[in-house]
Amino acid sequence: MIIPLNYSFRNLWTRRLTTFLTAGGIALVIFVFSAVLMLANGLEKTLVGTGSDKNAIVLRKGAQSEFMSMLDRNAINIIQSQPEIAADPEGKRLAASEVVVLINLPKRGTNKPSHVQIRGVAPESLTMRPQVTLTAGRRWREGLSEVIVGREVAERFQGGGLGETIRFGMRDWTVVGVFEAEGAGFESEIWVDAEQLVQAFRRPVFSSITMQLSGAGDFASLKSRLEADPRLTVEVEREKQFYAKQSEMMATFIRVLGIFVTVIFSLGAMIGAMITMYASVANRTTEIGTMRALGFPRRSILGAFLFESLLLAAIGGGVGILLASFLQFFTVSTTNFATFSELAFRFILSPSIVIESLIFSLAMGFFGGFLPAVSASRRKIVEAFRAS
Amino acid sequence: MADPLIELVDVSKSYRRDTLEIPVLQNITMTVPEGEFLALMGPSGSGKTTLLNLIAGIDRPTGGILRVAGTELGGLSETELAQWRSRTIGFIFQFYNLLPVLTALENVELPLLLTPLSKHERREHAAVALELVGLADRVHHYPKQLSGGQEQRVAIARAIVTDPPLLVADEPTGDLDRTSAQEIMNLLGRLNAEYGKTIVMVTHDPRAAERARKVIHLDKGAFVQM
Repeated sequence: MIIPLNYSFRNLWTRRLTTFLTAGGIALVIFVFSAVLMLANGLEKTLVGTGSDKNAIVLRKGAQSEFMSMLDRNAINIIQSQPEIAADPEGKRLAASEVVVLINLPKRGTNKPSHVQIRGVAPESLTMRPQVTLTAGRRWREGLSEVIVGREVAERFQGGGLGETIRFGMRDWTVVGVFEAEGAGFESEIWVDAEQLVQAFRRPVFSSITMQLSGAGDFASLKSRLEADPRLTVEVEREKQFYAKQSEMMATFIRVLGIFVTVIFSLGAMIGAMITMYASVANRTTEIGTMRALGFPRRSILGAFLFESLLLAAIGGGVGILLASFLQFFTVSTTNFATFSELAFRFILSPSIVIESLIFSLAMGFFGGFLPAVSASRRKIVEAFRAS
Repeated sequence: MADPLIELVDVSKSYRRDTLEIPVLQNITMTVPEGEFLALMGPSGSGKTTLLNLIAGIDRPTGGILRVAGTELGGLSETELAQWRSRTIGFIFQFYNLLPVLTALENVELPLLLTPLSKHERREHAAVALELVGLADRVHHYPKQLSGGQEQRVAIARAIVTDPPLLVADEPTGDLDRTSAQEIMNLLGRLNAEYGKTIVMVTHDPRAAERARKVIHLDKGAFVQM
């Protein structure tokens, strides 16, 4: 009893301009909707990707970020002597005390200054973070004012390119290497020998210790021992969790605001779809009457018009997702609220975003098309003929 | 005389406009035997189209008994009535009422979608019906690519494709020039004479009415003797 799908397809094609405009409205909403989800997803991926499951990070108790944390050398020595810390093949313990400092650098192009995070690292820092790979140049040499920079810093900040110099801590530092970190937040950082950084800023303290654990079960014992140690006021977290927490607030903010805005937009698109479908029903009163007279039941008419509206929405949704997928070629940067430094990240499309966007567009088509379809199916045959 | 295909006993129909009851048909009693070719004539507002709609089961009487092809229509639900129409009635309209986005073949195939026939069988039946009305070479044309007479022939093919016993035609020549009108009337005459289809036709056109075997005149909702 199904009215051929061809009928719905061709009706949309016959009214191509209206179809195009209505689907365009839905496409714009879906574009914004999926862009927001891609943004939140990108932010999460960047920050969560910054951490590793194998690593634990120790900060001062109550510190929300490394930037707010301070650990003196005494504390560092106690923490680094814990038995859970893994060793590399040469027997060296994989624990890196790191310092985080914020500086201002002018951006390329706009000349506007923005915060950049400098991370004073130990040689172990690179071993523990295998995702960090040098793509150009070489590592810093100990004792020299040399830095390596994340790809995003090299591209976006003045003086960040290979061979250029950056001034901070009353010294000029030469960029001797550029690294990538699989899109993680480290790509927005400048890395330098921690000892050099401590000297340049005359800071007697470190910000955090990151350590690799020898076994999966070691985290609980390390955490309970260090947090109970009366000589220390520290907090131990898994590295991945620590960065995930940093992304949580911002990703939620983007999602909530974005979804709120798109839901309001979608009302407009739904009303658009409804007007289109009502017009389509009004134009086809005789056709509806004819099909009913031929014996098609009400539900077939309802189905045909609802299908047409869903098809319209699916076209819009598909176009919206396609347009949004091009955003993956762009990088955006924002101030990370947790560290106050600039963080660059990408729009990342995922299968779940595609599915959510399609469901959202079909929902718009359903709600926009439902009332017109009902009105079409409830029309009395004789009245339908009389109206024409 | 053949069995009556259509039987109306004391059938009335009135419309309600606000609080006003407007009678359209009053106490109509008639029988139409199988194989009849009946023309209903009368001035505008005489109730002839309403009578046709009642017989075709697309409208319901306000009083009386209406039996068509052995079925008492008053007792049918909306869905049962729709199924009954698809089996029993072939519709021919003044303005053809073809779906503009479907080809001639697809338009003719439309009523067959309500039958259990396979796609292949449906296409075959539709092609045969189009051949019968002389449009075998126009199967893939859209309605707007056809002349008025051709469109009406497609509509007739659509009306006969399910092989219903009764064809109802509302002013089938009302929108056609004289030659095309003549062709359509020839076709209806053939369907009646050769294929035994019972035809009830509303018309203003005396030339069309001449082709019917019987003419009934209506005025103000009742039969009049001429």
